[in-house]
Amino acid sequence: MRTLNPQLLKNGEAVTLDAVTILDFGDFRDCLLAEVRKQGRVAACFGVPVAEGGRDLELFALVARDRNACVAVYRTRISERFPSLTPDCPQMHLFEREIAEQYGVVPEGHPWLKPLRFHSAWRSGADVWGRPADQHPRIGEMEFYRVDGEGVHEVAVGPVHAGIIEPGHFRFQCYGEKVMHLEISLGYQHRDIERMLQNGPHPSTMAQMETIAGDTSIGHGLAHCQVLEALSGCEVPAQAQAIRAVALELERLANHVGDIGALAGDVGFLPTFSYCGRLRGDYLNLTAALCGSRFGRGLVRPGGVLFDLEPALAGEMLARLKGIEGNTMGALDLFFDAPSVLSRFEGRGRVSRSVAEDLGLVGVAAKACGVPRDSRFFHPTGVYRQLFDDLITEETGDAMARARMRSREITVSIELLRRIMDTLPEGPIRAQMGPLQGNALAISMVEGWRGEVVHVGLTDGDGRLRRYKIVDPSFHNWSGLAMAMRDEQISDFPLCNKSFNLSYCGFDL
Amino acid sequence: MLELFLHLLLLFGLSPLLPGVIGKTKALFAGRVGPPFLQSYYDIWKLLGKGLVISRTTTWVFRAGPVLGLAVPVLAALLVPFGAIGAPLSFAGDLIFFVYLFGLSRFFTAAAALDTGSSFEGMGAAREVTFSCLAEPTVFFCFIVLARLSGSLSLDAMFGQALNAGWQSAGPSLVLVLACLFVVVLVENCRIPFDDPNTHLELTMIHEVMVLDHSGPDFGMILYGAAMKLFVLGALVVRLVFPGATENVLLDTLLFSGSMLLLAVVIGVVESTMARLRLLRVPQLLVGTMLLSFFSLILLLR
Repeated sequence: MRTLNPQLLKNGEAVTLDAVTILDFGDFRDCLLAEVRKQGRVAACFGVPVAEGGRDLELFALVARDRNACVAVYRTRISERFPSLTPDCPQMHLFEREIAEQYGVVPEGHPWLKPLRFHSAWRSGADVWGRPADQHPRIGEMEFYRVDGEGVHEVAVGPVHAGIIEPGHFRFQCYGEKVMHLEISLGYQHRDIERMLQNGPHPSTMAQMETIAGDTSIGHGLAHCQVLEALSGCEVPAQAQAIRAVALELERLANHVGDIGALAGDVGFLPTFSYCGRLRGDYLNLTAALCGSRFGRGLVRPGGVLFDLEPALAGEMLARLKGIEGNTMGALDLFFDAPSVLSRFEGRGRVSRSVAEDLGLVGVAAKACGVPRDSRFFHPTGVYRQLFDDLITEETGDAMARARMRSREITVSIELLRRIMDTLPEGPIRAQMGPLQGNALAISMVEGWRGEVVHVGLTDGDGRLRRYKIVDPSFHNWSGLAMAMRDEQISDFPLCNKSFNLSYCGFDL
Repeated sequence: MLELFLHLLLLFGLSPLLPGVIGKTKALFAGRVGPPFLQSYYDIWKLLGKGLVISRTTTWVFRAGPVLGLAVPVLAALLVPFGAIGAPLSFAGDLIFFVYLFGLSRFFTAAAALDTGSSFEGMGAAREVTFSCLAEPTVFFCFIVLARLSGSLSLDAMFGQALNAGWQSAGPSLVLVLACLFVVVLVENCRIPFDDPNTHLELTMIHEVMVLDHSGPDFGMILYGAAMKLFVLGALVVRLVFPGATENVLLDTLLFSGSMLLLAVVIGVVESTMARLRLLRVPQLLVGTMLLSFFSLILLLR
């Protein structure tokens, strides 16, 4: 195999397209497989039509090399069909299904080639599954994997659920109470966000970015801003970097605390359920104190932030945080000290380390399996470069490990908030944004509370976005949930599901 | 006649208060105000005034479930003394009638659930019958202990004055019986740690999932029936703890009502401080309870 030196770039950097060699598909494949063998992971993979209306497709794969704090960019060209990489590299399975659905190209030999989000192909006359082009495909209409035999039954849950949650369809193949297989079918909230950004950024873009997944407003907003800043070469002031980190950690705290409360609620453990429900609100209110929105909408903008964190406000927030912290630790202790709770979570929904690596899980779900994945640590930007050094992992990979991960990250985040707010640099909070660089590619990775949020922007010759790729952590992690349910009791599904707590709309885009 | 009237009045009037007290206790633990004490009355009243939606795939069995669910606790209540107020209906061997009355209603609830053809309800029915057939021996062992103590085969006598002497002569045995009956109350009324009456997660439900398709007056009957079942089974536990009588009907009634509410508070405390058991653990616990009740019989016979 020839060794090819790929174009490397760091998180939040841009590279001109000319600098990225176009490999032929064989080399592309070899390079990608070699990267994955060397513990690289596919952060994003997407297609771009070579010419408007043409049938040829350019394929980009961005492989994160965590140990070297960089991302390798590979680029190739394909036409109507290409040999699937999935059999050798399971991380690619959803990316290939996505490309097949968007552009109607066939990854030959893909073991699980089904629609992903049930939208019509982006190019006319090219549907892999031969669905009629003149109408929207029926969501969830596909061949589900089926198990036959005596005593085997199928349970379908959703898309309308009993609780107030997002829509998604779960198809279980069960033998009695035991789950043999779970297939997850999403797409009910597909909004086509990626294509809304074409020729952008538009005035409405920031608002759209903040609602890719409503609970990750800061995460996605920040990832988008970093892409634009990389493309325009904008240097974000230190104070703005600090405020962004404060907002990101507050978002993490609110969601982690809320998740542990929801986990307690699922097993009917009321004390933690009730406390955490209230405490989540307290963390959200801290974000509101910062910018007026409990979810941080309208705080992060390209070039910086819109709301300053004065020392007086920082002092007040720290004082409030101290009180909330005490209550949070109390609620968490109740949860982790109750034997009846521990017996529900320990050993449930186990994902092995090798499965987690194969599927390319990220965030809490990966760290719970002992796989170190944290872009704050491996690909730091802003204040994380100096202040973040606490990468946490758990070993067991079960629901308990995911709960513990959250609880430990809560401690780390609170400590981190203190460090950031104690050393606020002051100064301007927003820099002027220049025009975007033409024919360039930029990547940004933000460790949202669920895991790594990846945004990739590709500009045309005029410096407008030609293709924008969004990878929410849920994109990878839903497969982890499906694997976690194997051989589990079906009655433990809600608990396993909650321990992952993935986003439906973040997946659907 | 007065006793029968008082009996039914207590059953129909007081039983919906128990879920209210449990809810209030849980709310107190959670630092919430919680729904009012009378919420169950409001709910039942509201449901009785609503329309019905019945799936086309169902038959008369589906309608029979709620009717039995309401009729059975009323019938069963007639066999049980409410505190010092004796049972209006009593005959030798009525303990077997009592147990299988509930068996009958369970059969029809499960059949009604299967009648809908929903996979959820089938799962719920399977779970319900598994757990209740494990709880049944416990009930019988407990009843045998009490029958032996009182020398009678009717519930009225078993839970009557003989208990006073029983606590003197066979205290340890009765403590075990009490623990077992309390577990039976929890499991038969789908309380935490066996089932979570408040959950909205279809896949983990036991009893709730079987009645998912019922609506309007049918569901009102189910709620009312469930409250009465809690009342009737709870009355056994309460009688076991407070076997005395004051000879004053009014005072006895008050004492009984007060101790029923106390039982509801205890259930509320259990629900507030425990997580639900994993479904696989429930049969294990029930078998354990069965052994415990068997042991109480051995203690008595030794």
